[in-house]
Amino acid sequence: MKFKILATAGVVAVAAAALTGCAPTADSGSSAGASCTNKIVNTEATQVSVWAWYPAFEEVVDLFNNTHDDVQICWTNAGQGNDEYTKFSTAIEAGSGAPDVIMLESEVLSSFTIRNALVDLAEFGAADVKGDYTEGAWSDVTSGDAVYAIPVDSGPMGMLYRKDIFDTYGIATPTTWDEFAAAAQQLKDAGSDGVLVNFPTNGRAFNQALFAQAGSVPFVYDSAKPTDIGIDVNDDGSKKVLSYWQELVDAGLVTTDDAFTADYNTSLVDGTYAVYLAAAWGPGYLQGLSDADSSAEWRVAPLPQWDAAAPVQVNWGGSTFAVTAQAKDKAAAAVVATDIFGSDEAWKIGIEKAALFPTYKSILESDYFAELEYPFFGGQQINKDVFLEAAAGYGGFTFSPFQNYAFDQLTEQQFAMVQGEKDASQALDDLQDSLVKYAGEQGFTVK
Amino acid sequence: MSSDTLHAATPGIRRRSAMSGGSRIDRKRQRWGWFFVAPFALIFIGFLIVPLVYAFWMSLQTSTLATGTQFTWFANYVKAFTDPIFLEGLGRVAAFAFIMIPIQMLVALAAALVLDTLTSWLSKFSRLMIFVPYAIPVVIGALMWGFLYSPRFGPATDIFGLFGLAAPDFLAQSAIFGSLINIVTWQWSGYYMIIIYSALRGVDPSIYEAARIDGANGWQTATRIKVPMISSSMVMVLIFALIGTLQFFTEPQVLRSVAQGAIPVSYTPNMYAYTLAFSYSQFNYASAIAFSLGIIVFIGSYIFLFFTRKQSGLK
Repeated sequence: MKFKILATAGVVAVAAAALTGCAPTADSGSSAGASCTNKIVNTEATQVSVWAWYPAFEEVVDLFNNTHDDVQICWTNAGQGNDEYTKFSTAIEAGSGAPDVIMLESEVLSSFTIRNALVDLAEFGAADVKGDYTEGAWSDVTSGDAVYAIPVDSGPMGMLYRKDIFDTYGIATPTTWDEFAAAAQQLKDAGSDGVLVNFPTNGRAFNQALFAQAGSVPFVYDSAKPTDIGIDVNDDGSKKVLSYWQELVDAGLVTTDDAFTADYNTSLVDGTYAVYLAAAWGPGYLQGLSDADSSAEWRVAPLPQWDAAAPVQVNWGGSTFAVTAQAKDKAAAAVVATDIFGSDEAWKIGIEKAALFPTYKSILESDYFAELEYPFFGGQQINKDVFLEAAAGYGGFTFSPFQNYAFDQLTEQQFAMVQGEKDASQALDDLQDSLVKYAGEQGFTVK
Repeated sequence: MSSDTLHAATPGIRRRSAMSGGSRIDRKRQRWGWFFVAPFALIFIGFLIVPLVYAFWMSLQTSTLATGTQFTWFANYVKAFTDPIFLEGLGRVAAFAFIMIPIQMLVALAAALVLDTLTSWLSKFSRLMIFVPYAIPVVIGALMWGFLYSPRFGPATDIFGLFGLAAPDFLAQSAIFGSLINIVTWQWSGYYMIIIYSALRGVDPSIYEAARIDGANGWQTATRIKVPMISSSMVMVLIFALIGTLQFFTEPQVLRSVAQGAIPVSYTPNMYAYTLAFSYSQFNYASAIAFSLGIIVFIGSYIFLFFTRKQSGLK
């Protein structure tokens, strides 16, 4: 008798662990009855619930609520990145529980459009604000005539480096990847304890951006034809980039720590890594870390290039606001998505308090932004020097509708490579095979 | 332990069922019984039975990103039992079970036997100390070990440095298996020790006296008398450990955040189900994986209990 109870408990616990989120819940989460982190100024107005994780976001919300009579934002921080996506994904499956407006990184937009989770904002006049945003950022959120989100910030890439370490070991700032490899060798030969840079196997969008710089176009996907996909992750450009890093890893010139762990964060700020290949939000990330070297002097330089004569700019990260299919009042939600970062005042908060890099042209092209001096970089005007040019050269990027799977597979293959189980070329060929197989299983026609 | 309670309870049940449908007082009693059971029954049905049925119903459908959802009967189960990733995960937890459970049992048994022979304040204190890791939430324990294993923050670098050696990388692919076994053993041995210890305290001391008179030494008393006397508790501990190991999830999931390459998303079947559902939006296949694992846990437990029915007193 007892064994039956025990064994049943086993079955139940297993299933319950995986499925608690799937059971339909009575709570709707949308608009009415939701608890807000912020204060509602006009209680008569329509409330729109928003999930977002920007730092210092509360002030932006307050600004919006103070300047809008008919719509009010009810904001919740539902976690950062995957934490939020997990909740959103569960809400989609359950059919309720999603917010009206949600912050999403551009890399996951097609993963949600394919599940019909996002509203086409073109119906609510989003195309009218197209001119307010940079071309690359706009292309990231649109598919044909459909507009699935309003872009907020982007991540043009640059090279953050430790000027003090470079000076100590007499290293010149590298402008090409060849010079970069030479600098890594030079640093090691000079007897430094640290390395020039870390190559994380779990870099996900970071690795993808490095491949894109060498011309990789991993996915061809258009949500107007949601069952067709083109997959090309083992092209010559990607292989060139990954082989380059494999050589540096094999020569012991770079480390391969996992990114965004406590070890990695410490190494970033204590001088173990002399370079942080980063997006424009990188400085904000660095400043949030503790235990920094007091002697650390950070500067920004452009990302090294494969061909100095024909520079290619790439983007790592970037966030957007989308309206969910579960939104009760879609028009009001569209107003929030469009307007929340649609003013110069909101952007000043975003830039100065949250280190966001705008896609909003009126700020992006302003003298205020270009000439902003950053004490963290010794007063360097990093936007004028590096990031504005990087942002201007970015033309957009297409991610797959199963990007989480693609990133997980990329991580596994790159880990196998740095473990010496296979070479760069083999790793990318295996990645291609696994993605084509997965796409087939998921009902896509692979071209 | 409760074999006698079980036998004692059975006649009671039989008597009551024989009387049911009898007097009016009895029916009134039954109504009150339902009244008292109702709160539990509602929660039990609402939060356990309904979700389980719903999950099972989901597992009978197949959804793909591009083509939507279709009812496909047991296709997901066929897929699960031919899915190399799922089978690999099963193999891995089986390997964990083979190595981890004996270690946990030996540590727990040894600690319980030693504590049973001590009668000073030291025994109470040690008992508490051995139990403490179980009181720490699993997630916190795994996070803590993540830091202890870290080449940068962990003590290993300093300790090995004293002898001029390089510390091993506990989070490397080759070492992660052992590192996980260490965490689980640390966390659970104390709990199993308490179960075994309380069984030992329940043994009639006069048996030990008889053994002493017959000339048995401490070791002989322990191996020939104590261990056989508490075999039913040992079987129970084993079945707990077996079910827990087959459902291995929290420790590798937490450690994954610092060792992503060494612990892939499909490291254990439970992690695979979790990733499928919440990361890849394949709720249907995830339900099928979860149920498949549940079936295996059920069959595994049943077979194990069948073969140990003599020791466990459950025949």
